[in-house]
Amino acid sequence: MIRSIKTRRQAVLVVCYGVIAVFMVFFLFPPYWMALTSFKTNQEIESLKGIPFLIQQGATLKHYQDLFTKTDFLIYLKNTAIITTLVTILSLVISVLAAYSLSRLGFIGAGILGTGVFLTYLVPDTLLFIPFFKIIGWLGLLNSKWSLLLVFPTAIVPFCTWILIGYFASIPRELDEAALVDGANHLQMLLRIFLPVAVPGLVAATMFAFTISWAGFLYPMAFIFSNEEQLLTVGTVTTLIKGDVYHWGGLMAGALLACLPPVLLYAFLMDYYISGLTSGSTKA
Amino acid sequence: MTALRQEPLAEEWARQRVRRRTSVLARLRSKPVAAFLMCLPLLVLIVGLIIYPFFYSIYLAMLNKRETQVVWLDNFRFLLTMDTFWLVVRTSFLFTFTAVFFKALLGFILALVINTLPTRGQRVWRGVSLVPWVMPLALSTLGWWWIFEPTHSALNWILVELGFAPKSWLADPFWARFSIILVNVWYGTPFFMIMYLAGLKSIPLELFDSASIDGAGPFQRLRFITLPMLKNIIAITMLFSTIVTFANFDIVRVLTRGGPRNETHLFGTFSFRLGIESGDVPLGAAVALVMFPILAVSAFFILRGVRRSVV
Repeated sequence: MIRSIKTRRQAVLVVCYGVIAVFMVFFLFPPYWMALTSFKTNQEIESLKGIPFLIQQGATLKHYQDLFTKTDFLIYLKNTAIITTLVTILSLVISVLAAYSLSRLGFIGAGILGTGVFLTYLVPDTLLFIPFFKIIGWLGLLNSKWSLLLVFPTAIVPFCTWILIGYFASIPRELDEAALVDGANHLQMLLRIFLPVAVPGLVAATMFAFTISWAGFLYPMAFIFSNEEQLLTVGTVTTLIKGDVYHWGGLMAGALLACLPPVLLYAFLMDYYISGLTSGSTKA
Repeated sequence: MTALRQEPLAEEWARQRVRRRTSVLARLRSKPVAAFLMCLPLLVLIVGLIIYPFFYSIYLAMLNKRETQVVWLDNFRFLLTMDTFWLVVRTSFLFTFTAVFFKALLGFILALVINTLPTRGQRVWRGVSLVPWVMPLALSTLGWWWIFEPTHSALNWILVELGFAPKSWLADPFWARFSIILVNVWYGTPFFMIMYLAGLKSIPLELFDSASIDGAGPFQRLRFITLPMLKNIIAITMLFSTIVTFANFDIVRVLTRGGPRNETHLFGTFSFRLGIESGDVPLGAAVALVMFPILAVSAFFILRGVRRSVV
């Protein structure tokens, strides 16, 4: 009896691993294919002989070298790094203040504002990019990367506020009363008590802000036209494709390098993010 | 003598401390000003960058192409007579429903499978499964674009090796639609898996145990415990994904740019084509606004579901 349960359990596990293997091939094939192409020589990419899933004529770093020496990749990288850093800081400051206020201080309309925050989180970028295009035009920020400081937070702040409210709400109220008795003001309390306790929430919010901003595509595509101001995503997709000849090796090298920062961030801090994501959208 | 003099002092201190505590607590509770100030940046953002642009876009959608004259609903009337617009509506619904259905189904299967594994392995597989979702979508779509390339790339090589005819993936209307849906399913399935897995973890194990004792097989447990317990999270995740999928821009823009012959345009890419590339800002704004009812209905039900899960 016990033996048959054990063998059945093993059969179930074999099936499970089989299903997972299929999923992993599906999920990981694109990045694998991109990496493979980026290390192949142009001759091998164009050759129709042999199995394309292996490097058979020797690997090369030439595509990566060209990326840094012959294209504007480094300019895009610098722009994206600047914008992402500033957007992340700006969004977190706004979110932390708002989440503290909404979860602790409570004023007339706080409930409505909380719902409003949730609803704005559901507004997709394709709904409002046309009015943004006009507004940015008035402000004289068209074709400037600084325009993104204005529009990226619209997608980020609501979600960060939302997850931080959840973390702040889990801090016992006795803590803030004790701090206030000791004469702390709201800012000190926020900095000394709330932020240290809500570190997991802050990490999740930071990661969210970083990835949304890093991956932003529609806004830079719509508002920025020149190479000097362009960001990594749009720059890679539009300018690394030259004329009729597709430089697949260089293109894949660029795309893969541009993907690397968010992927690395997740590799190290994934658990924070998942707890933030699932608590943010399920518990609320 | 000194003790006598100190006693009232100590008493006074204690009294003062109590008074201070109550006044501090009062300050905490009646601090609407501080609360309001701290929310101000958020309020400015919501009013200035969501609510105002929304109404402004309604106004824009009612202007003529040169933005000199209010033409009321003429832009919308014009859209209704436009064959391409109806094609966009059809493609958007087909894309959204097919992609959300497969993401939900595959995400559920993957979550169940991962949840069955020994706990130690779960973290690793969950982490690796997240890769498609973590890569910036425009860039991973660029990778897919290369995969779909007809002569030198992977997909047709496999087809030919298996004895099928190679396909021109992005030039044929049917396969182009298939391709954008495939990329969206690839990108979105991990998100469903994460949400469902969190839901599965929250089901008390005793439920399954007692069901097993009562003689319930795996399918009965799935049907009568897992699915009912996950009903709310399945609904919220699907509605949320409906919004994001319906409003997608990156995949179509990178893979097909709406082609062949506008067969793969979604609302977002079509609005971009008209409003930014062709310079007809009002018509572009009108196309984007047509999305709004769908988004609003989904948002309404999400909000209801989230509230219910709190209670």
